[in-house]
Amino acid sequence: MKKKKVMPVLLAAAMTVGMFAGCGSNDAGTAGGSTQGAQGTQAADKSSGDGSVYYLNFKPEADEQWQILASEYTKETGVPVTVLTAASGEYEKTLKSEMAKTDAPTLFQVNGPVGLASWKDYCYDLSGADVTGQLTSEDFALKDGDQTLGIGYVIESYGIIYNKALLEKAGYTAADITNFASLKKVAEDITARKDELGFSAFTSAGMDGSSDWRFKTHLANLPIYYEYKADGIDNTDAIKGTYLDNYRQIWDLYINNATCDPKLLSTKTGDDAVAEFATEEAVFYQNGTWAYNDVKDLGDDNLGLLPIYIGVDGEENQGICTGTENYWCVNKNAAPEDIQATLDFMNWCVTSETGVNAMCKDMGFVIPFKSNLDSENVLVNAANDYLDAGKTPVTWNFTTMPSEEWKNGVGSALTAYAADQSDANWDAVKKAFVEGWATEAAAAK
Amino acid sequence: MKRYMPLFVLPTLCAFILGFILPFIMGVGLSFCKFTTVTDAKFVGFSNYIKALQDTVFRHSFWYTALFTVVSLLVINVIAFALAMALTQKMRGTNIFRTIFFMPNLIGGIVLGYIWQLIFNGILAKYSTALALNEWYGFWGLIILVSWQQIGYMMIIYIAGLQAIPGDVLEAAQIDGATGWQRLWKVTVPMMMPSITICSFLSVTNGFKLFDQNLSLTAGEPGKMSEMMALNIYNTFYGRTGWEGVGQAKAVLFFILVVIIGVLQLRATRSKEVQQ
Repeated sequence: MKKKKVMPVLLAAAMTVGMFAGCGSNDAGTAGGSTQGAQGTQAADKSSGDGSVYYLNFKPEADEQWQILASEYTKETGVPVTVLTAASGEYEKTLKSEMAKTDAPTLFQVNGPVGLASWKDYCYDLSGADVTGQLTSEDFALKDGDQTLGIGYVIESYGIIYNKALLEKAGYTAADITNFASLKKVAEDITARKDELGFSAFTSAGMDGSSDWRFKTHLANLPIYYEYKADGIDNTDAIKGTYLDNYRQIWDLYINNATCDPKLLSTKTGDDAVAEFATEEAVFYQNGTWAYNDVKDLGDDNLGLLPIYIGVDGEENQGICTGTENYWCVNKNAAPEDIQATLDFMNWCVTSETGVNAMCKDMGFVIPFKSNLDSENVLVNAANDYLDAGKTPVTWNFTTMPSEEWKNGVGSALTAYAADQSDANWDAVKKAFVEGWATEAAAAK
Repeated sequence: MKRYMPLFVLPTLCAFILGFILPFIMGVGLSFCKFTTVTDAKFVGFSNYIKALQDTVFRHSFWYTALFTVVSLLVINVIAFALAMALTQKMRGTNIFRTIFFMPNLIGGIVLGYIWQLIFNGILAKYSTALALNEWYGFWGLIILVSWQQIGYMMIIYIAGLQAIPGDVLEAAQIDGATGWQRLWKVTVPMMMPSITICSFLSVTNGFKLFDQNLSLTAGEPGKMSEMMALNIYNTFYGRTGWEGVGQAKAVLFFILVVIIGVLQLRATRSKEVQQ
């Protein structure tokens, strides 16, 4: 009889233990990210007492390189560095859950002023930190009052990527395109001779979730940039939409000279556009320096980058859209020794040879720090050429867009307009843009 | 054996408290707060609920979801019942058919959503339009998708119910001269009420809680018009800085609503159940 009772007790005990083990593993290192980053790199013992670093990385494409860099740092200094990468598009969600934990990230990132608004209570003031002193320009510091709460760590550029060979085949060169009128002329000429040439002007302006940010965010940056510039401001709660007619012009040009019927744009994905560009079905492809790996098979000599012209006076002097939406922030609520370890790690990343090589070569970043190396990315170099030629780069003002809701509203309206290009539908875009901005700015207060 | 009860209950009870009761209480608490992370919240009273109820998109999503639930409830259960009737007849290959009808249920909602999106858009492209351009395309798309996914599951429950009906009752009805139609409505359906209760409960709650299929098939396009309640809550939580609490408040309202509707539905069908 006695023996019989041992079994159930053991079983129950086993279940209980299993359960607590299950709960216990919920610590840092497993949440959110579906990428391999979740495995984390915790090389050294945490109890060494000197603090540790926990970096919640935003860029899945650079996950592997960060893991390697983290273990190099641990090897060199003995300070443990954990890198967790959030899956694409899941950063805010992962950050929200990770920050609620006891072992919260010590290093995380925000995308600009709007992102900072929700996290500023967690940001350590970086003014006077060594790494801040390494910045090449104050512009890359994200400030709130006189506090520096974030610092940009990678600069990116976007414009209209074009295929040189195809453009020449159509009888033009990049020198022929200096403003919106000439861009329109070239694009419409290519469309008129589409069957004879065998390719279209633009890749599909897909409005699927994997591609719509190119238009509702990046393209929408241009009318915002010009309005801010005209009004001499760098943020607003009430956009006027002064340049929305220009936005319409460029959007019309994109959708009516593309590889597909504008009615079908809602189904086109980011991969569709890449595929069309890579298989030489289209000359122009709006995207940025980060897309280099997708298109490099066309050959470095064959790739160029044009500014996005929208028909504003004096735009012949406009350059590429250059900026950052990647700002490093240090968690204020972390233990003092962890904060110090994190600051040391950041500084090491942008000053040591290993760190700089990893960031510039392996990850292919342009970093806004003094130690930046020349890039092997043709698109980056093309963007720099415009800078050297004295063109004014367009700043990234889309980081001031009031919310995701606003972007989605504009995106939906653009899709509806593409399917039926009536004035009424454009009014809906205007409404989403102007009234939506006011509503969202008020809602986010 | 009774004195071991606490020991056996303990693991499940712990899991239930940790995994359900505590998050639930926290969730209700958070709906009265403004917060960025769940452990760092500031009490703001009812303002989240006021914002939630003022949201016209949320109200639209309620009607859209309610309509969806009614339509999917009818379509799924009628077809599942008919299939169950057909597959309990003595014919060859019933097991193969049962397996085939059940299989879609084993595929995840997100995957299904994307696959059906390709199918629907492929067809709609012939007419120069797309799912994301009309909220009713999205609506019927979701109905087709969910029916395809859930009919097999409900069918299995109905088959089990049908097999439990004693043959002699039906036989007696037949000898008494009842027609096939009469036997269905006067004998089979009343005897099947327990299964109907379960299936309708499942389809009503599934309909209200539908999330992944909605997210991957339409993502609320055009302009949130095909956004159902669960997706609306999710988008509220992540869509705007500082609106996490409003999403939470909507989730609490949503919970209350689903409970009320679930209870009403159970009452309605339970009262029709007969003693066998």
